[in-house]
Amino acid sequence: MAIKERMSGNEAVSYAIRQINPDVMPAFPITPSTEIPQMVSTYIANGEIETEFIPVESEHSSMSAAIGAEAAGARSLTATSSAGLALMWEELLLAASNRLPIVLALVNRTLSGPININCDHSDSMGARDTGWIQIYAENNQEAYDNFIQAYPIAEHTSVHLPVMICQDGFITSHAVENIELMEDSLVKKFVGIYNPEEFLLNPDKPISVGPYSISNYAMEAKKNQEIALENSKAVILEVAKKFKKISGREYGLFEEYRTKDADYIMLIMGSAAGTAKQAVDEMRARGKKVGVLKLRVFRPFPAEEIANALKGCKVVAIMDRCESYNGNGGPLGSEVTSALFCNKIMIDTVNYIYGLAGRDFTVDETKTVFGELEDMVVNGRVPEQYKYIGLRK
Amino acid sequence: MSDYTLKTIMNQPERLAPGHRMCAGCGATIAVRAVLRALHKGDRAVIGNATGCLEVSSFMYPYTSWEDSYIHNAFENAGATLSGVETAYKALKKRKRLPEDETFKFITFGGDGGTYDIGFQSLSGAMERGHDITYVCYDNGAYMNTGIQRSSATPMYADTTTTPVGKASNGKMQNRKDLASIIADHYVPYVAQTTFTTDFKDLHMKAEKSIYTKGPAFLNIMTPCPRGWRYETSEIMKICKLAVETCYWPLFEVDHGRWILSYEPKKKLPIEDFLKEQGRFKHLFKKGNENLIVQFQEEVDRRWEDLLYKCSRKIKG
Repeated sequence: MAIKERMSGNEAVSYAIRQINPDVMPAFPITPSTEIPQMVSTYIANGEIETEFIPVESEHSSMSAAIGAEAAGARSLTATSSAGLALMWEELLLAASNRLPIVLALVNRTLSGPININCDHSDSMGARDTGWIQIYAENNQEAYDNFIQAYPIAEHTSVHLPVMICQDGFITSHAVENIELMEDSLVKKFVGIYNPEEFLLNPDKPISVGPYSISNYAMEAKKNQEIALENSKAVILEVAKKFKKISGREYGLFEEYRTKDADYIMLIMGSAAGTAKQAVDEMRARGKKVGVLKLRVFRPFPAEEIANALKGCKVVAIMDRCESYNGNGGPLGSEVTSALFCNKIMIDTVNYIYGLAGRDFTVDETKTVFGELEDMVVNGRVPEQYKYIGLRK
Repeated sequence: MSDYTLKTIMNQPERLAPGHRMCAGCGATIAVRAVLRALHKGDRAVIGNATGCLEVSSFMYPYTSWEDSYIHNAFENAGATLSGVETAYKALKKRKRLPEDETFKFITFGGDGGTYDIGFQSLSGAMERGHDITYVCYDNGAYMNTGIQRSSATPMYADTTTTPVGKASNGKMQNRKDLASIIADHYVPYVAQTTFTTDFKDLHMKAEKSIYTKGPAFLNIMTPCPRGWRYETSEIMKICKLAVETCYWPLFEVDHGRWILSYEPKKKLPIEDFLKEQGRFKHLFKKGNENLIVQFQEEVDRRWEDLLYKCSRKIKG
């Protein structure tokens, strides 16, 4: 029986952690993810879970300890945001290259400076090439559902990679929404017991982890890691299919919202997809052929699938909640256009930057974007590339 | 164990296999082998290691010299990494996912770079949290793996590649950090400082105490580096003896807050005796540099007096 509740995104993820009851959680507080280690600590204090919490002295140490624990054979996780993720950057690479299926609950927050505690995707985008699988949520329900799917993806024998479950700071992490939770026993059964093939504490087979590798071998190690990331795409879909069976909720690499006959599509990630869908509904009511492609899985990047999903439209707005300071747009702008080009889908694109450091992104602004796309096609007025939305003049 | 006679202890199994690529005469591997000899028969270990000479030379894919499970993570996080391993052990034991009759011990090795400097925070955190681990610093007083750069463990006036002796420089300008005292001030159950003595008893005894004292333990071992210190490889035991006899490297323990002097030289030798054996201090013996040796001696004396004072204090219980 599904449980109807009202919860914030942080509460939802913590609830999932309680249900999974993982072995070890090192963490260091940082806004807006702090509530997650707090709530887990409370579950532990009340004897509701057996998880060992390590109150480390930094995020570098939280990922380092998670690596130690996971290599030792314990199902491990941590939570962080912003500068915390930046501090553990070196360790993110080691978690992935040592093929450790750690799960990280990321509550997206901008990176300094200026220091600011609100949402954008610059933290996870900064870690986009660290070898982690990255899955984004539109709302609290998705944050909860994605977290439950994380370990079955990470621990799959053809994957063995860490997974970052991302949700938008404050927008979903702190806002309370209706949510449908699953029963503990159902979650436990879905996630299962962690039985690593090789681990440090195996008395029958000691292992060495983290070698120095000369050039004769290092490149093959990197390629094997890349193959695992490619493998994860099918596993993510397979896990989603199994998840649908127990929850009734469907997940893919991305969600196509009213895109079937759309002339204009907005490609967007995270909570702002909800805003965009609202605008689409209102515009559809007025006969505008608009739709939203909400990217759920950013790593592995579903290039071919995205290109195919966009091929029927006239122009795409690629929405980046992150500035990548390359003088040429945001990370989604670069990767989506590359996907289109490589798959010979020669449609127009406009890259927009929105919502940096918690700047509001509204239904009206979405409509303005769609208006600009239409103006481009109908009147030939080409909009500015990587324009900042809602920027003060 | 309690029997630390060389004959007995040398019968302990070798846990660092030969074939690694450490330099001939390296102090670090001597320290590692001695520490691991203190593990009791039947006990298993997970060995941690900060990036450094020891790591890149002992676990070069696809070969490992480590008979026990071993994890190298990065340079600055040996403390945190082993915290995670030890906590995993607790978690898995609690959940009965490990055989009940298996005992694991957790020992990590780091050079002075990975311990005094870049890994200092991670070490301090691990000590403060009370993990049941032993952190062993093999202190050779510089970043030897990258080519003899100064560290906060480098003694004053040492010639290193980032404190080179030149017309306007007499080497490192600062005194070395006293890390054993700093860790003792964390009030962890056991801290000790040692090096290689003739019978190795001091090291073996302190290693066993470190490993088998419940809670965090820190062992600081002076491990001379023939490349960085510039002495003949065969002279290592002489160098260690002089370090102890001049009181440059005192042997002591801090056992549950009680400072214990392990050895007091009958006649404290002048610091020149230690310095003159090493190429890194050669410039101190040039005419006109006499005052530098006086200063060096004053610092050794000051620290020795301080240690004697700490060891003379009575602590109840």
